[in-house]
Amino acid sequence: MTLAEMQFVVPKLGIASAEIFVLAMACLILIGDLFAKDRDRTITYVLTQLTLLGAAVVSVTGSGAEEVSYTFSNMFVADRMGDLLKFLVYISVIAVLSYSRAYVLDRPEMAKGEFYVLCLFATLGMMVMISASHFLTVYIGIELLSLSLYAMVAMNRNSVAATEAAMKYFVLGALASGLLLYGMSMLYGATGTLEIPAFAERLFKGAGYDGIIVSFGLVFLIAGIAFKLGVVPFHMWIPDVYHGAPTAVTLFIASAPKLAAFAVVIRVLVNGLILFSHDWQMMLIIMSVLSMAVGNFAAIAQTNIKRMLAYSAISHMGFMLLGMGTGVIMGDPSFIISAYSSSMFYVVTYVLASLGAFGTILLLSRAGFEADEISDFAGLNKRNSWYAAIMMTMMFSMAGIPFFVGFFAKLSVLQAAVAGGHLWLALVAVFFSLIGAFYYLRVVKVMYFDPPASAEPIEATMDVKLLLSANGLAVALIGILPNGLMMLCTESLADSIVF
Amino acid sequence: MSGLPILSLAVWVPIFAGFIVLLFAGADRDSPRARALAMLGALAGLLVTLPLYAGFDTATPAMQFVEILPWIPRFEINYHLGVDGISMLFVILNSFITVIVVLAGWRVIESKVAQYNASFLIMSGLLNGIFTALDGMLFYVFFEASLIPLYLIIGVWGGPRRVYAAFKFFLFTLMGSLLFLISLIYLYLDSGSFAILDWHRMPLSLATQQWIFLAFLVAFAVKVPMWPVHTWLPDAHVEAPTGGSIVLAAIALKLGAYGFVRFSLPIAPDASHAFSGLIIGLSLIAVVYIGFVALAQEDMKKLVAYSSIAHMGFVTLGFFLFSPLGMEGALVQMISHGFVAGAMFYCIGVMYDRVHSRQIADYGGVVNTMPKFAAFFMLFAMANAGLPATSGFVGEFMVIMAAVKFDLWIGFIAASTMILGAAYTLWMYKRVVFGAVGNHHVAGLTDISRREGLVLTLLAVCALGMGLYPQPFTEVMHSSVDELLRHISVSKIQ
Repeated sequence: MTLAEMQFVVPKLGIASAEIFVLAMACLILIGDLFAKDRDRTITYVLTQLTLLGAAVVSVTGSGAEEVSYTFSNMFVADRMGDLLKFLVYISVIAVLSYSRAYVLDRPEMAKGEFYVLCLFATLGMMVMISASHFLTVYIGIELLSLSLYAMVAMNRNSVAATEAAMKYFVLGALASGLLLYGMSMLYGATGTLEIPAFAERLFKGAGYDGIIVSFGLVFLIAGIAFKLGVVPFHMWIPDVYHGAPTAVTLFIASAPKLAAFAVVIRVLVNGLILFSHDWQMMLIIMSVLSMAVGNFAAIAQTNIKRMLAYSAISHMGFMLLGMGTGVIMGDPSFIISAYSSSMFYVVTYVLASLGAFGTILLLSRAGFEADEISDFAGLNKRNSWYAAIMMTMMFSMAGIPFFVGFFAKLSVLQAAVAGGHLWLALVAVFFSLIGAFYYLRVVKVMYFDPPASAEPIEATMDVKLLLSANGLAVALIGILPNGLMMLCTESLADSIVF
Repeated sequence: MSGLPILSLAVWVPIFAGFIVLLFAGADRDSPRARALAMLGALAGLLVTLPLYAGFDTATPAMQFVEILPWIPRFEINYHLGVDGISMLFVILNSFITVIVVLAGWRVIESKVAQYNASFLIMSGLLNGIFTALDGMLFYVFFEASLIPLYLIIGVWGGPRRVYAAFKFFLFTLMGSLLFLISLIYLYLDSGSFAILDWHRMPLSLATQQWIFLAFLVAFAVKVPMWPVHTWLPDAHVEAPTGGSIVLAAIALKLGAYGFVRFSLPIAPDASHAFSGLIIGLSLIAVVYIGFVALAQEDMKKLVAYSSIAHMGFVTLGFFLFSPLGMEGALVQMISHGFVAGAMFYCIGVMYDRVHSRQIADYGGVVNTMPKFAAFFMLFAMANAGLPATSGFVGEFMVIMAAVKFDLWIGFIAASTMILGAAYTLWMYKRVVFGAVGNHHVAGLTDISRREGLVLTLLAVCALGMGLYPQPFTEVMHSSVDELLRHISVSKIQ
């Protein structure tokens, strides 16, 4: 390389402005928190929320990437799918922080300031994942998210369950990261590049690489991604971590990271490895069916609602993969936008419902009392019919009953599966939905048919009340008028799929 | 046609009223206001459906009062409503029954009154949506959504085994409808639209038609219900509160039968012919076997539930004889059953409110203490048994005539309902109402209140009126039924 080629080019910082902003704020808040005297860390909390709001505003008004643009030597991409997913990440993290504010305050053992800073770093990790256009960026994003999450799960250090969950999460997560890196190294070995667009181009050119090595790399890559998504057979950590982690952290894990993981699937598998779609589609379909089976059957047996929702998350991620697994039909990619956007819609609606469900669990939890048994919801309708109605909305949405948005998500994925010629897959999926309906109905039954477990009134601050209500109404109203969000997913995805 | 979107009003006025009740009378102390608001909502809901009958053009088989708006353009799903001579009457029937149900729960329901009434109002709107939807997905959405209110009604205000009954009801119906959903998606991908009327015209191979017919059959057979997937119904009826039973019998059971007319027959006519033997067989089993099962019941509600299954057997039988007489008879039977079964459940509810038992053995000699009630009950029992001059007779007689024309033996077996129906209904009536006063509960009974009298009178007028002068009901159906039969007689195989 000559000196002339080594010219220093200032990267286009503008399109990564949201990331830079969040990073800067996270560092500032971290330092500022050291000097905060206030035990409740109200300032830290407010600043964190403002940071996220600011990022949300930036993503709506700011970059407005009409076209796909790259920066940092093509390691980072900004496009409409990224903008949309990031915006949803900010919104869900804002909701997470509001819902869990009281929970965190009630628990002296949880480090207040660090909780918010870690949330910000995790958010940054997700943003990097979403905008990654280089295998290493993907890896860095995943690690930033995961390391923050390990610490957050372990935050309640006096709790045996939490410590155990953190340990499990860390060990298995490290293994998955290893698999991911190993897969990437194989792909690098085969093609000599880690830049996803360039990588895809090499594959398309055909010559000069060993297909077997790429396939091997792909398998490791998928194992790593499947771990992050939490689908069978890489799901072992999900129930324990959901159950053991403080509910506030469970809420975090169960919401926004699913969006980021979806983005990684699109960036890596679709934009990078579409040529090998035949291989990975098969793997995704198998994992999808297994996830729906294990998730739904195991959820029936749970008495702990966090564990139940953990298994339900496994089954939902399986259902989502169904859309991903049926995009390319007999080598014909003309149907992929429809199929992948149905998966995207599915993830978005799942995150909405998941936020609301865990939000309600947090609402019922008090100092020294975790409302994490299904029986803790007994008679909720008599205690407060509005919150019961919200929880019911979430349950029916997850079960896929119209007019709630979950139904339309299921409909679009099923539609993709049938259009892809996988009628039997659609039948399997609806069969497992039927199984799934049972345990969601059980929660409704406990809330509506059973006598109240306690007469304690449910208190919530105004912002939680408003946000949770908005969350419930969103699930119901997007269910009545789902077209806008569907089209948004379709259009933003259409711009981002490049090959 | 006037400018008002009458069908949208029929769907959304009750739903809106339901939410108003929840919002403005949600607290427990507001029960009287909740009842009053619910009554207003139900009446408004009935009122907006009346122009349907007044403005209906009986000469055309086409859809009327059509409204069409894009709803989910992503999948070409439209908000497409319309009624023909087959569906129009059910909209009015449903809105009428909602009034009855609100009245029926007036004094009986004490806890969560607002939620109770709101559930019924919302369900009423959803049911109207099912009868008026001309878009397959819109139909499905209403069809599924209507499970939620009924699940809550059975589970919250039901009897001791309500949880079991509510789950069984929900999961049975969901099981049926999921296959239906896959068929709808298949039809959409095949035709490029979710419009039911497009599907009617769409050519399909026999094999495809057969698969679709069978998938539809699972959904509708559960809902009708047909033997052998009927077992959820007796449980749901027994555990549901009186209002729930009335809606279940009067309207919800009609959905399955309506599905046959709107989906199975016109979309898969060749398969319908191919499978007509199966349906006729299942219908006859329902008529005869379930008739005997009804005879053996000790619980009045269960008895009427089984008699409903037998009556619905008549409806499916009538459809699959492919004659105008059978089809119209079946439709008349559906409406008549709405009045009569609704009234039977209401009568049982009246007695249950006083004695808190549904066992036949706990009664006897009710006529001595409740003479007015006994007279009404007698009328409905007779109608349930299919006595001439009541509405129960008209439909059954038409279907039997059609069956005899079709095949003497089928007609013969179907006609056995005249004996069986009379046997189980009148025997129950005899044991409950006649004889000496059975026990101190019966001795202490008070006769019906004015409110109960009003409900019974309304239902009695309908049952008798329809029996004496069925013309207004049948004349609106003629052209639609003829068109449907003409459509079915043409093969779709290309």
